[in-house]
Amino acid sequence: MNATVLNAPLVSGWTDHLVVLPIVLPIAVAGAMFLMDERRSRLKGALSLATVLALLGISLVLVWRASEAAQIYRLGNWAAPYGIVLVADRLSALMLALGSVLGLCALVFSFARWGRAGPRFHGLFLLLLMGVNGAFLTGDLFNLFVFFEVMLAASYGLVLHGSGETRIRAGLGYIAVNLVASLFFLVGVSLIYGTMGTLNMADLARRLAAPEAGELALFEIGCAILGIAFLIKCSAWPLGFWLPTTYAAASAPAAAILAILSKVGVYVVVRLSLLLFGAGLSEGFGQTWILAAGLATMAYGAIGILAARDLTRAAGYAVMISSGTVLAALGSGNDGALSGALYYLLGSTLAAGALFLLAEILQRGRDPLEAAQAVFADEYRDPFDDADATEIGRAIPAAVALLGSGFLVCTLMLAGVPPLSGFVGKLAIFTGLTTGTMTASAWWLIAALTLSSFATLMPMVRLGIKNLWVPSDDPPPVLRLSEFTALAGLLAACLALALWGGPALAYADETVRWLAQPQDYVRAVLGPIREGGGS
Amino acid sequence: MEIVLSLGIGVFAASGIWLMLRPRTFQVVLGISLLSYAVNLFIFAMGRLTVGAPPVLGAGADIVSVDDPVPQALVLTALVIGFALTALFLVVLLAARGITGSDHVDGREPHQAEPNPENPHP
Repeated sequence: MNATVLNAPLVSGWTDHLVVLPIVLPIAVAGAMFLMDERRSRLKGALSLATVLALLGISLVLVWRASEAAQIYRLGNWAAPYGIVLVADRLSALMLALGSVLGLCALVFSFARWGRAGPRFHGLFLLLLMGVNGAFLTGDLFNLFVFFEVMLAASYGLVLHGSGETRIRAGLGYIAVNLVASLFFLVGVSLIYGTMGTLNMADLARRLAAPEAGELALFEIGCAILGIAFLIKCSAWPLGFWLPTTYAAASAPAAAILAILSKVGVYVVVRLSLLLFGAGLSEGFGQTWILAAGLATMAYGAIGILAARDLTRAAGYAVMISSGTVLAALGSGNDGALSGALYYLLGSTLAAGALFLLAEILQRGRDPLEAAQAVFADEYRDPFDDADATEIGRAIPAAVALLGSGFLVCTLMLAGVPPLSGFVGKLAIFTGLTTGTMTASAWWLIAALTLSSFATLMPMVRLGIKNLWVPSDDPPPVLRLSEFTALAGLLAACLALALWGGPALAYADETVRWLAQPQDYVRAVLGPIREGGGS
Repeated sequence: MEIVLSLGIGVFAASGIWLMLRPRTFQVVLGISLLSYAVNLFIFAMGRLTVGAPPVLGAGADIVSVDDPVPQALVLTALVIGFALTALFLVVLLAARGITGSDHVDGREPHQAEPNPENPHP
């Protein structure tokens, strides 16, 4: 083998290692945490909080650095097609930041009670974040599979967190669906490897641009099978019936952080479609299907949210609608629409997470927690009967007023009603679609976006009246300080997206411009392209 | 050998899918296991079939007589992950059996309207 891999050290200073920290930091802390005594929940909470705060800081730095140039990190300093690379470009960094904000708020929320409702909550939570971050960062398809599995394994634990019959029944279906999805993932990945001989995303894009790419039909079948796995993750119709049941059954902080999980599927679809099928031999492959899946998901989500009778289910369907919107905007093939959709994705994910948290507070008194039967030996104690369980903070007066305003913000965001960022995002999608020649699919998308707004607004108003205004004998909801902080954080992030909508939209625009130039990504990862360097 | 391997994958996948669609949770677990065997063999086959070829490049060995090591590494990873997740699924299955009192995938027998928490073992 004469191709001795000589590469100039790409990593020069310690700041370049920031790219790998979102993966290494949570897994190291989680590993240490599994060794600790289960009773030291306060220490574990403090450790997780510090970790997630650090993750937020790192991801913000990465957003800033990625806006200058994509950050490439070679693991073990092996050159790209041979080793695994981590790529923090604009899209990855943006999703990292979104995940960290959501993670931080969900974690703070769990301090009130859920963190103690079962064993090993914090460790699983950090492992989930590690899997999500890894999936956002990796530049290799098989590595993506590994991070997906880490993320899913942790999410199985979190869905079951708190135990109870509803959770176990929902969890059983959730695990079965995702195990099958993983098998689809493996078949797709191995077909791609069998036909193209590489699993590095940039290398795949480069080989697709070269004319000697053989066995194109098999490669595209592989990509389609891979796409099915991702569409199951982002709960596209008809692959997403598991989502509302599972998310409604999960405990509130788990459901809030699971909202980012479906966005991982969306992220991968966006990343791979634009990288592999933006140009080259398979240009435009699967675009119509993604558009159709997106529209169908929005329609199904809209019908579901209209029929939803409690807030958690409504929030689940809102997650579906938001995934469907991004998929449909991607399928429309319109850059302006996609950048609007990315901006919309940020706001709607945060709002859906906030809605899960709100729903739990509002429905707490009415739907008492099912008596958790002990399944494992270390679940011997009553979840909330803990020496540690002094209520953190005290009940904030006028909780209903605060919850009501939070609910209002969520509704405005999810329904895309002015003046918040949900509206700005949808408007940006409209503007993108209406510039230039209008296609039939653009009209379909505009109709679907408008109708889904109405369909979200109506049940949200109905549920708001039911949960906040209708007088009942139930005790008024009690808002603990950490719960208030978590909610306020998510809602402040929503408001900030609206206030700094200009810079955020500009960032999304730049992101889409970068994604539309797959050759830049290839050059950044592989270095100067050696023409004809087939294998 | 190609025929044997493809037949093996086909039989594993077919029985796996059939079992996976059965109503009992244990059948589902077996189905998923069989299906993952099929998928693992499939990954292995994607490195092309060779007999007696080592996946390691020795000194002076020519590139033709060497098997592709990457699918073997992939299959190893996929095996480990699949094994761990099947074990996890089994635990959830046992929990579901214990709590709902039924090994049906819906957590209740089809003729039973709602699970009765008072008497899970009628």
